[in-house]
This record gives sequence, structure tokens and C-alpha cells, in this order.
Amino acid sequence: MQLTLEFGGGLELLCDSKKIHNVNVEQQNGEDKLTMKGLLSWVKTNLIKERPEMFMKGDTVRPGVLVLVNDCDWELSGQLSTLLEEKDVVVFISTLHGG
Amino acid sequence: MASEILQQLESLKNEKTKIEHKISLLEAQLKDINLQNDAASSYLTNGLAPHMIHRYSRHLVLPSFGVQGQANLLKSSILVVGAGGLGAPALLYFAASGVGRLGIVDHDKVELNNMHRQIIHTEAYIGQPKVKSAAAACRSVNSSIEVVEHEEALRTSNALEILSKYDIIVDATDNAPTRYMISDCCVVLGKPLVSGAALGLEGQLTIYNHNGGPCYRCLFPTPPPRTACQSCADGGVLGVVPGIIGCLQALEAIKIAASVGEPLSGRMLLFDALAARIRVVKIRGRSLQCEACGENATFNQQYFREFDYEKFTQTPLCVPPTKLNLLPNESRISSNEYKEIVVNKEPHVLVDVRPAHHFKIVSLPNSLNIPLSTLESRLPEISSILKKDDEEEKGLVNGSSAKLYVVCRRGNDSQRAVQYLQKMGFTSAKDIVGGLESWAQNVDPNFPTY
Ligand SMILES: [Zn+2]
Repeated sequence: MQLTLEFGGGLELLCDSKKIHNVNVEQQNGEDKLTMKGLLSWVKTNLIKERPEMFMKGDTVRPGVLVLVNDCDWELSGQLSTLLEEKDVVVFISTLHGG
Repeated sequence: MASEILQQLESLKNEKTKIEHKISLLEAQLKDINLQNDAASSYLTNGLAPHMIHRYSRHLVLPSFGVQGQANLLKSSILVVGAGGLGAPALLYFAASGVGRLGIVDHDKVELNNMHRQIIHTEAYIGQPKVKSAAAACRSVNSSIEVVEHEEALRTSNALEILSKYDIIVDATDNAPTRYMISDCCVVLGKPLVSGAALGLEGQLTIYNHNGGPCYRCLFPTPPPRTACQSCADGGVLGVVPGIIGCLQALEAIKIAASVGEPLSGRMLLFDALAARIRVVKIRGRSLQCEACGENATFNQQYFREFDYEKFTQTPLCVPPTKLNLLPNESRISSNEYKEIVVNKEPHVLVDVRPAHHFKIVSLPNSLNIPLSTLESRLPEISSILKKDDEEEKGLVNGSSAKLYVVCRRGNDSQRAVQYLQKMGFTSAKDIVGGLESWAQNVDPNFPTY
């Protein structure tokens, strides 16, 4: 399915400094439908070019990364089990501390 | 010559202090007289003094703000933690709009490399405490409000006492441990926290611990790894970006203080300056499992006072640049020793491992820029240059061979590079301790630092 993935707060540096990725992703690892869990493993394999530990820890994102599915915190949609649909926009953003 | 000028400067500064003292005495007298006059007025003004009606007239005629909004603001107190890039515009707007009591916490001094974004400070205050500079600027904008100076670093030992004196807290700091500390302190004291952050060309803004919204720990229960927390000094920041976020922080705090509008609680504003895009996203509510504000949270004042935020985030509260020590002494030389090598024209190759955009700012003569990230692929280049230098030297000095030195900004990456080079067979590689900063400090004060 067609998805728009966006990286911000410095995470774009891990994927060729490109912030917006229009991608085509199918369900992963024998899942019936594409979940955030499947998408994360797809992103790790296909988009993250360096320092994967700055993006993921275990099977989820590292502490300090907010995940937004259609402008909504993924905590509200079921985190890793969030079901993705055609044309969804998923944003990965690292929290900033500077001032 | 220089000493004469310094002497003159010193005596002028003394005079300035005396004049400033006189000014503040006269201002206080004037304020008293105004207050007496105001009290004597017999018109119905809903508690606003005549001089206030004139000063805040554009607020007062604004239907959705009006007399009530202004009166609320005048009665409110706001604390801004950090008089830097975020705090600078926020403080100016708080003072201008008539926040009754305005507190400023900061322990830093004004530096030249702050000026591009910390617009509350002027050149005259370079070297002086930011709190003093910011307070003077606020008073010069509005002498009718109370400005309180807290010239100290915020710590668990003083945070409860300082924050408890204000209605609303504005986090305008620049590091992770302080952000956790301020949020926890706001939870313990039940204060709304207007939190902003900016780095590079991006900014983030939200309100924590307000209207059933989350606290900082609800959103980020586990601190990020230290390597994920870049500072403005290392990552750079476009001056106007924290300015915009600071202005938005001022707006949100003023809305809360005046009780108008919908606060940015339970939502987060993400600002991408390069793409010219602002997106407001919905974030989770208060987490029942939150260690600070959750159902079974045991976080109280006592627990807060004893909490070790540096250990929790593995980051020191006052961010001194890290000083690595990866190499044995025989693999390192001082900047002064390197200067001798240059003066004696000893054959050598100097590799500068900073990123290319740093190298463009300033570099040492005859240095070769090989950014640390590309070192692996450019080893053959180093080999061939060393070999060429050896051939040129042959016959001059028997057995001498060109030495390999590595430099960077502060002397950390150069050690990483030397470690790698030695592993790859360049056993004579050495790093310059303290990098270009040490060169500027110990060898040539005219070498520009950034
Ligand atoms: Zn919480």
C-alpha cells in the first residue's frame, strides 16, 4: 500500500537526510494486514542507512522518538499493533532539547 | 594603550553602575507617586490604573481579551527558565504585555555567539549575567511590572522554592535533565508548564501538566540516549527559529494567564522552518502509569529533592563539552608541541577530521580535510600522501618519515580517528589534545573559534 513516511528532529539524518519518503509497503512477516510493527521492521531494513540504534531499540522506536499516524500519537491507536491503511501518513520525530 | 583604555572602561562602568542605581531609585519614587495618583482617581476603571489603560489600550479594545484578560494578566506571575534563544523573545513579550510578576532563572553569562538568537541581550552586556541583562531589558520595556532575578542554575535543591512562587512556568532551557526536572517539579507543585525546544531549523512546542494533559514523563517515560541530544553549539541553530518558538511560548502562557482561548495542551506543535510548515498533532493524555503524575505515582517534594536527574538522563545539568580520553599519552601531542613541529618545518601530514562545513569556517594552513565519517574510504589517500612526503624527504634526513597528526574542533573526534588509524596500521598517528579550541587558547589567540 502507498504510505507517506516523514522523519524529523534529526531522524532524517539516518535516511540520507531525506525527510519525506513516498513508499509502497506490503504486509510483513506473515501478518494479515500491515501494522506499525511490520512497518518499523520494513523501515529499518529499507530506509535507515546508518546508526539503526538511533531509530530503534528492540522491536520499537528508541526512547525520545514520537510516532504519529495521521497526525495522531500512536499511543492513541495501539502503538505497534496500529493497523495501517492506504495513503496513511506516518511521522517519526525525535524530541528536541535545544533552546 | 590597552591598559589606558581598560582603565577608562573600568571607571566608565563604575559611573554607569552609580547612574543605574540613581535611575532605579527615581523610578521607584515615581512608581509610588503614580500609585497614589491612581488610587485617588474617582473614575470607574475596573481596577485598572489610568496609566495602564493607556499602555494596554490595544489589549483592552480586543473583544476576546479585554479588561478581564488584561486584569488577569496583571495579577499573574510567570517564571521563565532560561534567558537564551527561547526565553529572549518570550520575556520581552511578557514584560510588554503586562505580566504582573516576571521571574527569570539563568546562571550563564552573555556571550558574543549568543547574540544572533538571544535578542534580549545587547553587546554592552557581553560578559555579564544573562539574568541581569534580560531583567534590564524587560524593565526598560515596562517599568510598571515586577521583574525578579534568579541568578542561579535550577537544581533539585532550589527548584521547588523558586517555581512555587509563580503561576505558570516556561521551559526555555537547552538540555534533557533540566527538562525532566522542571516537568517533575511542575507536577509536584501542580503548575502548568509551557515547554518549547528548537534546534537547527526545527522547533517543538506544547503545554504539559495542564487541563488533564500529559506531563513530560507521560510522553517520554525513558530518557533518550545522550547521543540523541544535540546542543545548539554542536548542531547549530538558525537564530529566528527559537525566536518563533519563544514567541509561541509567550502566546500560550499569556492565554493561560489571561484565561482566554484553547491552550495547546494534549497537542504538540511541530515547526519545520526549511519546509515552511507548521503541523499540530494530537498527543496522548495523562498516562495512568506515569511515574510522576500517574495513578500510583509516589513522586512528592521529598522524592523530587533527592532525584538524580544527571544519572537518570546520563547527562550533566550544565553541559560542559565532553572531554574524551581514549588514547595513551604517547599517542597525543599538545597544541604547543604541534606549533614547534610547524616552526621546525618537520615533515608531517595534518588531517582535520571535522565535517566539511566546519572546515569551511576556518582551518589551519596545509591541513587536509577528511571528515571522520569518510575516513574509512579515504585511507588510501592518506597512505599515498605520507609516501610522497617520505620520498621528498629521502636523502635529507636518514630514516625520517613524515608523521601523521589529526585535529578536530575540541579533541574528541580526533581521538576516535587516531584510534581507528592505529588499528588500520598508521601506528604513528597522533591527535592534537583539545583540538582547534586549544590552538586558539594556547598558541594563537587570533585563530577564530566558533
Ligand atoms: Zn506524567
